[in-house]
Amino acid sequence: MIFRGLPLDTGRRRFVQGLALGGAAAVLGLRSRRAFAAPSTNAMPELSGTEFNLEIRELPVNFTGTPRLATAINGSLPGPILRWREGSEVTLRVTNRLGVQSSIHWHGILVPADMDGVPSSSFPGIAPGETFVYRFPVKQSGTYWYHSHSKFQEQTGVFAPLIIDPAGPDPIRADREHVVMLNDWTDKDPDVIYANLKRQSNFYNFAQPTAAEFFRDVSTMGLQQALAKRRMWNAMRMVPTDLSDVSGAIYTYLMNGATPATNWTGLFRPGERVRLRFINGSASTLFDIRIPGLKLTIVAADGQAVEPVDVDEFRIAVAETYDVLVQPQADRAFTIFAQAMDRTGFARGTLAPRQGMEADVPRVDPRPWLSMVDMMGAMHANQMAHQHGGETHHDPAMSGMSMQNDAMQGMQHGTMDHSGMAGMQHGGIGDMKMPAVHHARTEYGYTTDMRVDMPRTNLDDPGVGLRNNGRRVLTYADLHTIGGSLYRTPPQREIELHLTGNMERFVWSFDGQKFSDAQPVHFRYGERLRIVLVNDTMMTHPIHLHGMWSEVESPDGDFQVRKHTVNVQPAQRMTYLVTADALGHWAYHCHLLYHMEAGMFREVVVA
Amino acid sequence: MKTQRHIRAIGALAGYWILVMACAAADPPDAQSVAQQPPADAPPSSAQPEESMPNMGTMDMSSMQGGRAPDNARDPDYSDGQSMSTMPGMADSMNDDARFGKVLFDQFEYVHSADSNGVAVDAQAYYGGDTNKLWLKLDGERTGRHLGDTRTEALWAHAANVFWDTQLGVRHDFGDGPGRSWAALGVQGLSPYWLDVEATAYVGQSGRTALRLEAEYDLLLTQKLIFTPDLELNAYGKRDPQRQIGAGLSNVELGLRLRYEITRQFAPYIGIDWNRRVGGTADLARAAGESAFDHQVVAGVRFWF
Repeated sequence: MIFRGLPLDTGRRRFVQGLALGGAAAVLGLRSRRAFAAPSTNAMPELSGTEFNLEIRELPVNFTGTPRLATAINGSLPGPILRWREGSEVTLRVTNRLGVQSSIHWHGILVPADMDGVPSSSFPGIAPGETFVYRFPVKQSGTYWYHSHSKFQEQTGVFAPLIIDPAGPDPIRADREHVVMLNDWTDKDPDVIYANLKRQSNFYNFAQPTAAEFFRDVSTMGLQQALAKRRMWNAMRMVPTDLSDVSGAIYTYLMNGATPATNWTGLFRPGERVRLRFINGSASTLFDIRIPGLKLTIVAADGQAVEPVDVDEFRIAVAETYDVLVQPQADRAFTIFAQAMDRTGFARGTLAPRQGMEADVPRVDPRPWLSMVDMMGAMHANQMAHQHGGETHHDPAMSGMSMQNDAMQGMQHGTMDHSGMAGMQHGGIGDMKMPAVHHARTEYGYTTDMRVDMPRTNLDDPGVGLRNNGRRVLTYADLHTIGGSLYRTPPQREIELHLTGNMERFVWSFDGQKFSDAQPVHFRYGERLRIVLVNDTMMTHPIHLHGMWSEVESPDGDFQVRKHTVNVQPAQRMTYLVTADALGHWAYHCHLLYHMEAGMFREVVVA
Repeated sequence: MKTQRHIRAIGALAGYWILVMACAAADPPDAQSVAQQPPADAPPSSAQPEESMPNMGTMDMSSMQGGRAPDNARDPDYSDGQSMSTMPGMADSMNDDARFGKVLFDQFEYVHSADSNGVAVDAQAYYGGDTNKLWLKLDGERTGRHLGDTRTEALWAHAANVFWDTQLGVRHDFGDGPGRSWAALGVQGLSPYWLDVEATAYVGQSGRTALRLEAEYDLLLTQKLIFTPDLELNAYGKRDPQRQIGAGLSNVELGLRLRYEITRQFAPYIGIDWNRRVGGTADLARAAGESAFDHQVVAGVRFWF
């Protein structure tokens, strides 16, 4: 077995890559052994039809050499693939066999509010021993997932793929398909993880800037540059490597419930068109996915078909789904490589013509630093524009590491003049848009450690760690939903919400208000409205609105892509349109589980 | 002589007050930038000459953190009077207002100096939510059966701004001489460039006043090997000979510790401490036959739970 991923000692390697025969399989006996003996089909169980019985209970697992109890649906992790058909009505009897409340939320599915499965918003949760019957018509098709919305049960295993076949013929033609569901498994109790983050927010970040690194920089770039590179971060008390709250220090990244060592394998015959349905069911990890040797054709995002676009790599935020077509011609194995955004580990599987084959596993990329655009947004990009003679700044190259130094130099001379900046949008910066930003009055307290006055609005940035990596990386600017918007009405009003947090105190919120301190957000029934999100943090937040689509707009205000989870990059402003056609109380939140728990959550009331 | 000491004490208190104000307002509202920010619907001002740009220079980051909300700041209430769902189930599904506790033994060490060996503790504990916490502090030393100067505090800590808590409570000193009780008011937090700072003023009985400043910095040599310089200053408004304290700045303590974090929560360390008594405090020490300056070698563990 060739593992070039991470230079590790043996114990740590086993932990990160997992047991070779780990997972639920090792303890489930025959049933799973059969699944592993014939993984030519999907190793995960699949249920289809219109009537489903699901049971949530504890499941002994062993992914790392340490036996643990997961919480699982129907005894597997991920739970069984549910296969519905558009136009049918489904009935799902969900029984909670845990000792605590549980729930199932159908992520991205348009359901009546009382079927949405969010305790305290749409239903009271499922008490221990109880069965809740969900019944609703299926009005859409594509790749989705379902998961618990109670406490940290997503982290401990209550998640599974949900596939809906279209009523008519599938416009995405493929010879075969595989679900590829990713998650971040941990042997730790998520309550402990959360408490640790509250007590020391950098608890799991073992990639902080060090003196050793500083001296290396001094020798390569000189003292002045090395100091300049760090000055703003240190002055602001921000960590440039703060990419993920929880890291590979305690996570083992799984693909379809298999550790990297177990190597989940999907089969193909050379020449076939293979549809891969990627789902990120993680609690806290964004993944960057590629299959060295294969071109990836992105054909759907969040279940919605998009105009096909060829890429080498794509980032999948927590709760997003992407459908990808590949057409391997060679009679050899290909590695599906999904590295965690913070580069502390990876999930890995294989596409192969036969069982037991494998290909090289690439090294994880170097750990990136956040760049100045992640801190300053367009304020920074603008300055660069001037330094480079007013060229247009949609070049993601601008955002790379190398620019930090120019930027820092630029910033050492004098004082930023806001009026000057405001004028610049008409001063020859090409198509750089500079919309006004309105910070809430609640963003000036302890809950908000940073505000961005001039966020960037461009969608063509693949994000930190993916810029200028020599590969063609998907961005939101590449995504165009086939058929455009579902709605004709122009937006009648705008609601601006800022994504806020205090990293040091580990407090997360919208507009500086934790859920428990905030009022609900009212959408008038039937209205079309524009949501403006401004990310006033240096972290990337996948924002999920329940019950209604989020139709993302381009910086010019044109329809871009229809999504259920919108990934907002640091210091970025994004807008999307929502048609409030679903009455009731809906959850609206960051899908990073620990951010949601800490307060980055709103209730939306459509009335 | 006496006047001089009073002046020194007043100077120290004044210095403290300036520091408290500076800390509490560490991220002051940038009046200028707020004022210069055009209102949302204002027409853009005319473009600046391009050559002014390279001289724009130091990004004004103070406008990015903390500060005071401008009058025209956006109202975050989009409820239109609608109320939250009354559906039960929240308690078991999510709680963003949970309380947490932490007990940190920042220093728990064996102390070796020229004349004695002992054990020293510098510990803090808290319990509470994001906004308000009960905060306890203990800093003391025991040599054989002799309890040295020992400070205990019980404080209400309130998250006053992004990186700073205000602390209000009581302090009691044990050890050499009669016990002393104080009312305490201070700030604790993180200054720019990552200094952990505590600054507390105390008012005791009989017109006693005191001031304590402490700053600590974690220098990561590697992810796990951490070098921590720690500077502490104590000042008193009034002589307290029974506790060998003179008026004015009484002592300056510098510690250097090198710890290895076996885990985040458990780190053995070694270090050196220098303690320099000054002014009247030094005089009192010398009169008692002690040296005004001592240094200690320490070895211990830093741990928290």
